[in-house]
Amino acid sequence: MTFDREYFNLGYLDSLSYKDTFIHRLDPRVKLIATLAFIIAVVSFPKYEVSGLIPFFLFPVLLFSLGDIPPGFIMKKVALMSAFALFIGIFNPLLDRQPMYCLYGFTISGGWISFLSIMLKCLLTITSALILIATTSFPGLCHALQRLGMPEIFISQLLFLYRYIFVLTEEAMKVVRARDMRSFGNKGLGVKVFISLAGSLFLRTMERAETIYQAMLSRGFTDKLHAMRPYRFKGSDAAFLAIAFIVLYIFRMHDIVGTAGRFSTGLF
Amino acid sequence: MHMSDALLSPAVGAAFWAGTLGAIAYCSKRLRKSLNEKIVPLMGVLGAFIFSAQMINFTIPGTGSSGHLGGGMILAVLLGPHAAFLVMASVLTVQALFFADGGLLSLGCNIWNLGIYPCFVAYPLVFEPMVRQKNSPGRILIASVMSGVIALQLGAFSVVLETLLSGKSELPLVTFLLLMQPIHLGIGIVEGIATAGVINYVRAARPEILESTPTSRHLENGISLKKVFMTFAMLALIAGGMLSWFASPNPDGLEWSVERVFGSPELPEPKTGVAPALKSIQEKTSFLPDYNFREPVGEPVSNETGKSESSWPAIKPGTSLSGIIGSLMVLTLVAATGVIIRTWRRKKTHKK
Repeated sequence: MTFDREYFNLGYLDSLSYKDTFIHRLDPRVKLIATLAFIIAVVSFPKYEVSGLIPFFLFPVLLFSLGDIPPGFIMKKVALMSAFALFIGIFNPLLDRQPMYCLYGFTISGGWISFLSIMLKCLLTITSALILIATTSFPGLCHALQRLGMPEIFISQLLFLYRYIFVLTEEAMKVVRARDMRSFGNKGLGVKVFISLAGSLFLRTMERAETIYQAMLSRGFTDKLHAMRPYRFKGSDAAFLAIAFIVLYIFRMHDIVGTAGRFSTGLF
Repeated sequence: MHMSDALLSPAVGAAFWAGTLGAIAYCSKRLRKSLNEKIVPLMGVLGAFIFSAQMINFTIPGTGSSGHLGGGMILAVLLGPHAAFLVMASVLTVQALFFADGGLLSLGCNIWNLGIYPCFVAYPLVFEPMVRQKNSPGRILIASVMSGVIALQLGAFSVVLETLLSGKSELPLVTFLLLMQPIHLGIGIVEGIATAGVINYVRAARPEILESTPTSRHLENGISLKKVFMTFAMLALIAGGMLSWFASPNPDGLEWSVERVFGSPELPEPKTGVAPALKSIQEKTSFLPDYNFREPVGEPVSNETGKSESSWPAIKPGTSLSGIIGSLMVLTLVAATGVIIRTWRRKKTHKK
């Protein structure tokens, strides 16, 4: 069932982020900035660029191996999530039939090239976002955002949300399981049942919010969440950021694939 | 309908991020001023509620597909637009990070599409006026369906706009609109019905919840619609200004300007070895003089200067072979790096 799977994926990604590797130990700000720079570099390639995108795969591969992240798990999620880009991108080969490459008698239209480019970009950007969360804990990311100037209320909203997602999805999962057990075929899966399920879930949520608020008040809550911030900008962070930027810059500016191709054809 | 990074150009992504960040800052400021600290845990838990309620599907009769709660409208009704927007933004952030719905660059667009329209357009302009005078279950149903439809239509239109401005898709405007708007009309109606159902359920079971939330007491005098709209207009102006600045010279927007700045330098081709020979074979087998240049046909803006034409991929048949070989080489190198690091790490842990 999709619900269970989504829930367990959430928990699994969360547990991945508490590993202890070189990548996990980096300052979350550094990882966030590097990821954004990576995404912008990838997305800034023109519509028909394919070969320039290839070297960028070095980043996810390095992070998978250095961060000890199972690539299979992430890639499965990526495949599921590329649907929208696929849906929009697939029109390119249909609409753009201008021949572009000619290889041993096969003509490849510009549409297929731009479609390939979209799918590669999709692969790279989604992978990098998932790697970011798999190597950085969510609270860590929130602190990074806070240090980068996000409003305090929004940060505490994110932290609260994250804290209760697991509690409430577990509750919702029980509700869904109970409904599925009692419904045969499509009976009982309609809007009516949904409304009373969601409604009662909501009422319980409100009660929970009230209890939480009382508990927080009795522990001296004012209006801010204070958190320990174990991260400090270290030398390794600076080095990581500098290397990431330099490599991104080289990959974006220079035709690595072309050079490699010419080099290899020159060898024969 | 979540926007995807791959379809966005950096300019469009940045413009919508700017708008979204502005809205987040504005809403946070408003909430801090309202000094209702009770709302902080309430927002957090309601965000988690929306998150989990979205996972509960229900079947739509007669279609075989399933729908789920949207979130934006119900939050606006229960919390008021400012808090609702922040909750929606946080829910979408978590979804972008954990479920990779869309991506990080497109997160700005997604928050805009699914947060701004329900909270600051559909709620204050449609829902609120409709139930202000008299709120019976029937009126709430009509109001939520209407506002749900309007919010989703605007959101879908926004997705179309973002995609077209980015210039990665070939879809023409009309086809794209015909593809997106009708689907989202259906989704909007279904979401409106579900939203109204939950609101009415809560209203029947615990009417005091709806009374104690800021919105059922209508927009308080502290929240002036005029200010909301001033800010909204300002943000739109900034976003629009940025967009048109980047988008006007060329449909590819910033991409084009990025290319002008970074323009990948052509490296000299080798003169020795087999490459020239291979190249001449290549040229003989696949030389199609007309196809070397891809003219920007059918693009809404043509390049009068002709300068940017060089930024269109000028493919010479010879370079395509080395391009493919090079790609394979780089991919192999990348994969090998991964494998080497992995085995090295495994050895290290074994030794421990």
